[in-house]
Amino acid sequence: MNAAFTHKPAPDRPPPRISVGAVGWMRDNLFSSWMNTALTIVAVYILITLIPPFVQWALLDANWGGRDRSICDANKDGACWTFIKVRFLQIMFGLYYGANPDQVWRPVLAFALLIALAIPLFVESFPYKRYVSIGLLVVFPFVGYGLIHGQWFGLPVAETSQWGGFMLTFVLASVGIVCALPIGILLALGRRSNMPLVRTLSVSYIEFWRGTPLITILFMASVMLPLFFPAEVDFDKVARAMIGIALFQSAYTAEAIRGGLQAMPRGQFEGADAMGLKYWQSMRLIILPQALKISIPGIVNSFIELFKDTSLVAIIGLLDLLNMAQTASRSIEWKGYDIEAYLFAALLFWICCYGMSRYSQALERKLDTGHKH
Amino acid sequence: MTTLRADAVNQAPNQDPRSLIIEMKQVNKWFGEFHALKDIDLSVEPGERIVICGPSGSGKSTMIRCINRLEEHQKGDIIVDGIELTADVKHIDNVRREVGMVFQHFNLFPHLTVMENCTLALIWVRRMPKKDAEEAAMKYLERVKIPEQAQKYPGQLSGGQQQRVAIARSLCMNPKVMLFDEPTSALDPEMIKEVLDVMIELAEEGMTMLCVTHEMGFAKTVANRVMFMDGGEIVEQNKPDEFFTNPQYDRTKLFLSQILQH
Repeated sequence: MNAAFTHKPAPDRPPPRISVGAVGWMRDNLFSSWMNTALTIVAVYILITLIPPFVQWALLDANWGGRDRSICDANKDGACWTFIKVRFLQIMFGLYYGANPDQVWRPVLAFALLIALAIPLFVESFPYKRYVSIGLLVVFPFVGYGLIHGQWFGLPVAETSQWGGFMLTFVLASVGIVCALPIGILLALGRRSNMPLVRTLSVSYIEFWRGTPLITILFMASVMLPLFFPAEVDFDKVARAMIGIALFQSAYTAEAIRGGLQAMPRGQFEGADAMGLKYWQSMRLIILPQALKISIPGIVNSFIELFKDTSLVAIIGLLDLLNMAQTASRSIEWKGYDIEAYLFAALLFWICCYGMSRYSQALERKLDTGHKH
Repeated sequence: MTTLRADAVNQAPNQDPRSLIIEMKQVNKWFGEFHALKDIDLSVEPGERIVICGPSGSGKSTMIRCINRLEEHQKGDIIVDGIELTADVKHIDNVRREVGMVFQHFNLFPHLTVMENCTLALIWVRRMPKKDAEEAAMKYLERVKIPEQAQKYPGQLSGGQQQRVAIARSLCMNPKVMLFDEPTSALDPEMIKEVLDVMIELAEEGMTMLCVTHEMGFAKTVANRVMFMDGGEIVEQNKPDEFFTNPQYDRTKLFLSQILQH
């Protein structure tokens, strides 16, 4: 062999100026074609006609002060946030706490406890996650109920039928989510089981609940369920709504998780089997962590839907955030200010749902280990 | 069938069954109507290194996958390390503890680090304390020459590195037999050698190996028996030099001429 040539790699050169930076971005995204340019102009025109008047009404000309409607009636050009301010406790915590502001510390304390318990679970390095989870899932529900409902510790009773507003929405949605996830996992595994009985039961359950509208389930839980129990058993209305929502939601969660399970390559099951892991070990350690990660968008999507669907409890006479806001705006003192009520409810719904959405995206990024099957 | 067996050289006829690590007797397997394995007889002594080749669909993967019950055979007996494979889950679990398997597509668990991949079975199947498991895993990661990748995720490694992790993961369980199902077929050409080197080292240490592969160089170097399968049958088996220089059947000759002509 002769002396070989040595290949010297060519150096990297920067891209043309016009394809990078703000100019490049605008060229690519706003003005890449005649059609795109036209759409950009139309969109900008629409934004200019809509946003300034809204800001004028909602912020600049808005009424914030006072305790009654006189100030709002004097200035009809702006939004009446006085109404939201005065009825804030009612919209957030329902009729009882709206009428008893001195008791509001109870739901606030319950919520603060919940947050305090939940935060450590999101801290990567926190060592006692197991105990905190037990506290959160087993102990907290009783403490929270005791605080909000009262009766124990000599606290005045706040009947569940008097619960409402954002608090009710939050309680119903969280109970639904917390119950639906484990039941959904079991149903999804059951639907893919080799055992015909387990499979049939799971499929029947999922198809039954999925084929029934939530509104019907709530109605049945409220009207039909008491028929099956002796007359003296007074089944709490909120509890019935919770059970109905949890059963309904678990069917949807199960289907979202089944999608994730089906996306798992067969090699993962075989790898786990070949190592001698038992069924539940391989599910818990290998399959579910990956399948749940794949299902996050679907699961969170159904949870967001659930959060908004809690408004349907109006059918059984419970007033969630939306219905409580509406009720407040129909009181004699504040008649006519329902736009403000709806906007405020919409804002709270949006904050919660967008929060869930962002959290799920962050979770997906965190769990991404750079592997594509 | 019997004529084939008569030609099967290198197989001591009066083998003492107790000294065999794997014994397959008249094993049959169907996928629906498709007859995938036809009356397979196979005896493997401890320390044997068997290379199995053959065209795709010939049943070679199916055969070795029956040995750890990833596939269920419908007729015949399979005895691994004295344990008969039946529907009994306990037997299956016991066999799987003794048999390591390396797959074509690695089948590493992408949500776990390399270290966690290796310690998983030690911790959950062998019930070993985490610290001991990590020490053992490190030993095998050093053996496959990637201890420095222990904290990475499989998705961050090259194909060759992933396959070496997969080998280390199987070795951690200290298996009596290693099954290799086309371990280099999914690799880029530049990475085949690093995996084969690890396998050769393993063979030199006396591991019992059954290896489905078309790496004929590897077969010549380490195998003490090369087997050709076609249509769900073991057509021919022999010592490597005999097998390659003097194949007995036209089907074997045709196959060898096709894979060796490049």
